[in-house]
Amino acid sequence: MIAFKVNGKSVSVRAEDDTPLLWAIREHLKLTGTKFGCGAGLCGACTVHVNGKAARACQTALSDVKGAEVTTIEGLAPKSDHPLQKAWIAEQVPQCGYCQSGQIMKAAELLAKTNKPSREEIVRHMNGNLCRCGTYVRIVRAIQRAAKEA
Amino acid sequence: MSANRHADRTDDFGLSRRGFLAGAGGLSFAVALGASGLTLMSAAEAKAKARPIGAWVRIAPDDTIVIVTPAAEMGQGSMTGVPVALAEELDADWKKVTLEMAPAEPSIYGYGGNSMSITGSRAVRSYFDDMRLAGAQVRKVLIAAAAERWRVPADELGTEPNTVVHAASKRRMSYGEIAAVAKLPERMPTVGRHELKEPRHFRLIGAPVPRRDVPEKVDGSAKYSIDVQLPGMVYASTVHGPVHVARPKSWNEKEVKALKGVIDLVRLPLGVAVVADTFEHVLAARRTLKVEWVKGARADGYDSEPALEESYAEIARGKDGDGRGNADVEAAFKSAAKVYKAEFRSDYGYHAQMEPLNAVARFNAAGDQVEIWEGTQSPGRSRQGLARALGLPVAKVIHHQHYLGGGFGRRSLTDYTVEAARIARAVKRPVKMIWTREEDMRFGMFRPQTLQALEAALDREGKIAGWRHRVVGEGGRLTWSGINLEQYYRIPATSIETLGASHGVRLKHWRAVAHPFNLFAIEALVDEMAAEEGLDPFAFRRRRMNLTDKARHLFDMVEKMSDWKRKRRVRSADRALGLSVSERSGSLGAGVVEISLDAGSGKIRVHEVWVAIDGGTIVQPDMARANIESGVIYGLSSVLKERVTFKGGAVEQSNFHDYELLRMAEAPEAIHVEFAKRDGPPTGIGEIGNPFVGAAVANAFFALTGKRLYHMPFTPERVRAALKA
Repeated sequence: MIAFKVNGKSVSVRAEDDTPLLWAIREHLKLTGTKFGCGAGLCGACTVHVNGKAARACQTALSDVKGAEVTTIEGLAPKSDHPLQKAWIAEQVPQCGYCQSGQIMKAAELLAKTNKPSREEIVRHMNGNLCRCGTYVRIVRAIQRAAKEA
Repeated sequence: MSANRHADRTDDFGLSRRGFLAGAGGLSFAVALGASGLTLMSAAEAKAKARPIGAWVRIAPDDTIVIVTPAAEMGQGSMTGVPVALAEELDADWKKVTLEMAPAEPSIYGYGGNSMSITGSRAVRSYFDDMRLAGAQVRKVLIAAAAERWRVPADELGTEPNTVVHAASKRRMSYGEIAAVAKLPERMPTVGRHELKEPRHFRLIGAPVPRRDVPEKVDGSAKYSIDVQLPGMVYASTVHGPVHVARPKSWNEKEVKALKGVIDLVRLPLGVAVVADTFEHVLAARRTLKVEWVKGARADGYDSEPALEESYAEIARGKDGDGRGNADVEAAFKSAAKVYKAEFRSDYGYHAQMEPLNAVARFNAAGDQVEIWEGTQSPGRSRQGLARALGLPVAKVIHHQHYLGGGFGRRSLTDYTVEAARIARAVKRPVKMIWTREEDMRFGMFRPQTLQALEAALDREGKIAGWRHRVVGEGGRLTWSGINLEQYYRIPATSIETLGASHGVRLKHWRAVAHPFNLFAIEALVDEMAAEEGLDPFAFRRRRMNLTDKARHLFDMVEKMSDWKRKRRVRSADRALGLSVSERSGSLGAGVVEISLDAGSGKIRVHEVWVAIDGGTIVQPDMARANIESGVIYGLSSVLKERVTFKGGAVEQSNFHDYELLRMAEAPEAIHVEFAKRDGPPTGIGEIGNPFVGAAVANAFFALTGKRLYHMPFTPERVRAALKA
């Protein structure tokens, strides 16, 4: 039994220490907005925040989040109205949408520490998150918009 | 949140269909499939004609409108794009429209006897006319009802969004008010094409209508089948043979079964499934499972690289293949003033949809009915395939369609869904089956590798007179369906031949099927001829290639868009442009890319892209633009990086570290898309963005370095080799 907080709520998961946080979130806690893409830390679809820092849930052991604050896409903003989420709609970013929770969580980490990131900073920060539909151009635009409007 | 409902499931189809059609007040319109497509029908008409009907449009007394949408949604936007055409002619207030996903009933919702397959960029172009006619019919019913109530001739009435208006008496009634009191006519009114809106009166078609699936895709609530949760559900994953299509012989069952949480191991025709109480236990069991595979699968011992390098060239020089073409090609070449020849190669490609293949399956207690949750490009075919594989009647396969985390052609077959159902039947529990990324990749179904041998004959005036195109590869149409020269070059004599190879590996349609590598070969050779003849690539095409009018217009557009003339005149030392035509699913395009090269590493970088597209009527311009941006990136990714290779019949790559996709830092900074202004029927948009990318990059590389690239992808190693050549 491992206890931690998800989106502000205390939870405990009955699973082995080495269980990837991804499967604890998705299947034990049924928060399915966080996605499984590669299981190897290569695509970023499973990006969540652990104590405010972006982390790959598939590469994070459950025991590593004991007592930690985990935030998933469902908990990013109370009414799903984070400036990034609004910008994502304004720019009509998602296509298949599968990678977008991870993209938004990764981008939220950037905006939390950088007010007005340059294009280069955005690209450097986001480069680990794959999007097979190729929404990269719109992701950059949406982050710039969110930074401006936030 | 869920603005989009998935109602009318096939399990309670009869019931909820009656509910939808009879509803508590309001007007419900049903649709039936006939020889001429989808038509609205009253229940009485359908009964008289013995046609199955399904719900299509419902107008509720509160003025809301529900429209059923038949198109699988995998990111291309058709879920929104298809019903927009109906709403346009209905003069609906789009804000009051809710969409419902159609059930997997191709006999009602499909077209042309099809299986509701959303492949080949066909959603919007297939449904467009029928949707418009249906919308106009519903509008006519509402007008007739208002006319009767107001006792005025129907032709004095008009509509504004969701409202019937009688201008003379200034009376107005909302669609909801009418629906509350009106009855459906015994026979639906007919609508002629001349009664449809003129394009200049469109409010929704051609206007920016936001996609309905987007809000759910930014808050994590969009449901893919991998997200489905059922009571009592267990987890499974299949291990397939490394050699393609090898059958399992035996495995360490005892050892695996002793692991924590493992429930069972299930023998499948082409694999072994581990079943456990949690997915982390499935993953642990997968790591322990050792399977011995039956030797002698056809792919056993197949090495793809020597096959492509050596034996394909031999095959290409061989006897006549299966051919098509026109006129006397021999004569054209005999009388040619000049003949150009070149060979091109392309590697296997993987779909790499971001959602690994998965499905959820549940049998009833009697074991004679299965429920399936999946995201499929082909719900009808999926139900039929499941019924066949499981020995059940189609009616006993209940299908729940979900969003697809990418399709790209991979998800129009049921191989993985059937596995989930077999496992659920074996363990008598609901099962969520997920392939790992490694499984999804190694047991993928690929775009075939090809060798293409081309010859072009120029006559005494230097004009194109003959074309020979031979394609070597496995997979029939998968290797040559992108050779449609007549769409852009009117070549007097052509011969297109295919020479098969046979390796026994799994192959499948990939985004734009054979177009990406066929067009690479065609347009790279055209560029080579232009250079040899001392002409600018645009000038050569215009003067020598006998362009179709459509192609000429698109070349003019993209030349301007990319500022080609100036950039070619004021050559920069580190940037260059390349041009290629694009063609797919009735659409035509022309594209230009601007590249730079890091000569030391051999890495090509594409900075900016300009694409001109003729896609007929563009129903949703922003969605269309997004599709083309997507195609460009998908194309670039495959052209610069992606390759699958087989060694001993087994795929050598396993995840995104050795099958790399294009990342943000490698993506162009800008992709400019313009559409030719047309009123004609819409043509395919989902795949027109990637076929031109290969040749455009290769041609830009020549402009920059004077060297040619003949083998896709243009990996750094190949680029370095080309620079030394």
